Amino acid sequence: MAHPPQSPERLRAQFGPHLNLAPPGGWDAPSRPDKVVATHCCFCGQQCGIKLKVKDNAVIGFEPWEEFPFNQGKLCPKGVKRYLQGSHPDRLLHAMKRTEAGFVPMDWNEAMERTVAGIQGIQERYGKDAFAQLSGVSLSNEKSYLSGKFARLALGTRNLDYNGRLCMVSAGAGNKKAFGVDRAANSWADILGADVIWVTGANVAECAPITTDYIWRARDRGAKLIVVDPRITPLARTADLALPLKPGTDCALTNGILHLLDKWDLIDRDFVREHTSGFDATLEAARNCTPEWTSGITGLPVAAIEQAARMWGEAKTSFLMHARGIEHQSKGVENVNSCINMVLATGRIGRPNCGYATITGQGNGQGGREHGHKCDQLPGNRDIENPEHRKYICSVWGCEDAELPGKGLSAQEIMNAIHQGEIKGLLCLCFNPLVSLPDSGFTREALDKLEFFVSFDFFLSETAQHADIVFPAALQEEDEGTATSAEGRVIRIRKAVDSPGEARPDWEIMVELARRLGRGRFFDHFTSAKAIFQELRAASKGGTADYAGITYEKIEANMGIFWPCPTEDHPGTPRLFEGGRFFHSDGRARFIPTPWRPPMEVVDADYPVWLTTGRVVFHYLSGSQTRRIGFLVEQCPHPYVELHPRMAEHCGIRDGDAVEVATRRGALVLPAKVVGTIRPDTVFIPYHWPGPLSANVLTARHLDPVSKIPEFKVSACRLTRVTPDRFPPELLELQRMAREASSLQGSIPDQVR
Amino acid sequence: MVSEEYGFFIDPQRCIGCRSCVASCAECGTHRGHSMIHLDELDRLASTQTGPTVCMHCEDPICAMSCPADAIKRSEDGVVHSSQKPRCIACQNCQLSCPFGVPIVFPGLEQMLKCDLCYDRTSLGQRPMCATVCPSQALLFAPRHEVAGLRGNKPLRTFLIGTLVVKTRNAIMVPDPETPLNLDASLLCDGGF
Repeated sequence: MAHPPQSPERLRAQFGPHLNLAPPGGWDAPSRPDKVVATHCCFCGQQCGIKLKVKDNAVIGFEPWEEFPFNQGKLCPKGVKRYLQGSHPDRLLHAMKRTEAGFVPMDWNEAMERTVAGIQGIQERYGKDAFAQLSGVSLSNEKSYLSGKFARLALGTRNLDYNGRLCMVSAGAGNKKAFGVDRAANSWADILGADVIWVTGANVAECAPITTDYIWRARDRGAKLIVVDPRITPLARTADLALPLKPGTDCALTNGILHLLDKWDLIDRDFVREHTSGFDATLEAARNCTPEWTSGITGLPVAAIEQAARMWGEAKTSFLMHARGIEHQSKGVENVNSCINMVLATGRIGRPNCGYATITGQGNGQGGREHGHKCDQLPGNRDIENPEHRKYICSVWGCEDAELPGKGLSAQEIMNAIHQGEIKGLLCLCFNPLVSLPDSGFTREALDKLEFFVSFDFFLSETAQHADIVFPAALQEEDEGTATSAEGRVIRIRKAVDSPGEARPDWEIMVELARRLGRGRFFDHFTSAKAIFQELRAASKGGTADYAGITYEKIEANMGIFWPCPTEDHPGTPRLFEGGRFFHSDGRARFIPTPWRPPMEVVDADYPVWLTTGRVVFHYLSGSQTRRIGFLVEQCPHPYVELHPRMAEHCGIRDGDAVEVATRRGALVLPAKVVGTIRPDTVFIPYHWPGPLSANVLTARHLDPVSKIPEFKVSACRLTRVTPDRFPPELLELQRMAREASSLQGSIPDQVR
Repeated sequence: MVSEEYGFFIDPQRCIGCRSCVASCAECGTHRGHSMIHLDELDRLASTQTGPTVCMHCEDPICAMSCPADAIKRSEDGVVHSSQKPRCIACQNCQLSCPFGVPIVFPGLEQMLKCDLCYDRTSLGQRPMCATVCPSQALLFAPRHEVAGLRGNKPLRTFLIGTLVVKTRNAIMVPDPETPLNLDASLLCDGGF
């Protein structure tokens, strides 16, 4: 069974996270680069342009890429320090196997043979679908596309899913329902001319920092800002209206707004009549959502709800943005559709300065969710259960319909099936479910049950510590490719350096494995990332996410191309839905009724406090990369529990105290951070850490019925002040590492601070 | 020479506390791992407000006046530089006397380093590293005449510190009194408990 071979302490000693503090050779090494490579940041869906400085096949630093239109040189601290993930002492350089003595290097050929035998053994004994694949959307479009094809045609399993399932699938599903397509409706340029900007469930300043400047520039010309979030985030601090609603009540608020828009006749009736359907039923569902009712559910004052409706309803132009806050819920899709209802009701979409978008979180969260990387999807955002779609993809792939598996299980469902013993084998790449899935105690039990587990990774993630075989994979800057940003802009990822040791890009490992599994005829032509992109273009042709007219050269010449782009002479489509034409066959957008229902778990006498989780600006996702970069760890070494002074007083907790946070799944002991910027009835924990520091020890496996996204944003917990000796040793170790980083990397000395 | 037309504007109202400025200062070619930007949480209990501090580049720099070794020089374009290594005696007079709290004597280095407006960049017509990367453009390096029309708040370059009038090259954008300020969440909702 797939237990980690050694204690966590010994694994940490060998594989980290250790901290990289300085460029290769130190700060005083010659810094004149051999070359400068214009590419993109690997951390987050904004995909900021950045130039990497390369010397002696190592990335030694960066220069801002001021010409790239999206960020014009701007970078968050993750982007500034992202180069330090290269030349890192924790990099995996060889294939490894798990033995009783720990992970030991093994011959590449032997690793391949054992992997093939492991996969085939499982599939012969238990059937094809008993071997599952989990992957991630920090992978390029090429690797994402290949992951889907590999699972279907090399492994022959229907059980493929991806960590986008934990990201923006609720937005994707809601957008498809409403618009018939899943992409931000606008480029960010339309934010600048909006009169009202509505940001809900999105900590823009920390999770999409560059978007801040778009919003501030809009405000310079008088735009009003409304921020909906249980916390007064840095963006909300100066918002015209900050609405700190109760977690899990989002569509109650938006229904309440729709109700008022109708009551005050602020609906664009012409647009609704000519370009939409389903309005009457949707309005009916919001009929009883009076301001008083909405106030009772959300905990917001009636006056604030009315002011929000007035500001939104009376605006001439607007932009609505949301992110994980509304999407990570058991009604994530309904929350998304309720926001879209607000946009459609005012007809402010498909025109200059009128926009709507989810702020996709992961590096390639947009592109990675379009090309067959999901359990229910084929390239071009096609449906794996649609016979016409299957037929087209079979024609591109040269396979028979019988060879193409059907719809499989989603990410959490795969983990559940592993736990139940229905899935026995797993290939995991670019995904760290032990940190990022909810209920991590359950995830650990599941991983331990795997009969054969193979992982591709550049650093040994907490999940990969359970693997039988680990292949060393490449970093983003070690391969060519494309990604698609949150705006829907397809951009070029450029290779800056070769991979160290035997590490290779994931696609090369997959192609070799496919060949050894006897499926080479579907993969042999993939001799480069570009060759994969060529097939992706053909496979996406005619789908909603149509890349047929996009080439590497065209992307480079234009600094990105917005899909859909059906032909090579097509300029791309920065703004969707112009002229009120949507992607459904009748051209109309859909209003979707979204009656409010409570979260799957609600507070009660035993667990009286709302718990919500999220990110900080210094870390990316499960932290497998950013927890290895000195500066970022120095700024935020470990999680904490954020609580309001009123709650702190109620529980007898002071700032810095050890607090046990317990839910029905488990308990953590973390330091208290007492801040007035959170609702008194709610606490917040950032989630980027593993083991006894993992917020996901606490979260539940409740899923949205449509998107299958877990409800990370709403749990019920209780707080108890405990003695400091209850702090886990991992927390103290991280504090020690952060202090050491601070003293070693020329940070401002404490006495000056 | 850095063009006098280009000003550096510090706009704390926009700051989101991300510390990109702190991170990137260390990456500037001549700073070599030393960050000279201070980024402070003003009162985290009350607010997420953070304040970035870079050198204001005084017309008559107090740090230079207080330096017994004459190690701190201001170039003709108004940029006040880090101490000159051969002269600096690491006495910390500058650190103690600066009204804005900018200079830092780094232990180990035994030299005062401070924001030099990324002279290696700005003297070639580039922006300073921090103002280039700043995601919120709370740190802005731009032609002075553009800023007046660009933002609602006004730049301030004269400060009264005690009885001393200090004039600076860099400007602080005075908060717009019209901007709302949302502090304690419990004032904005019925938050229970």
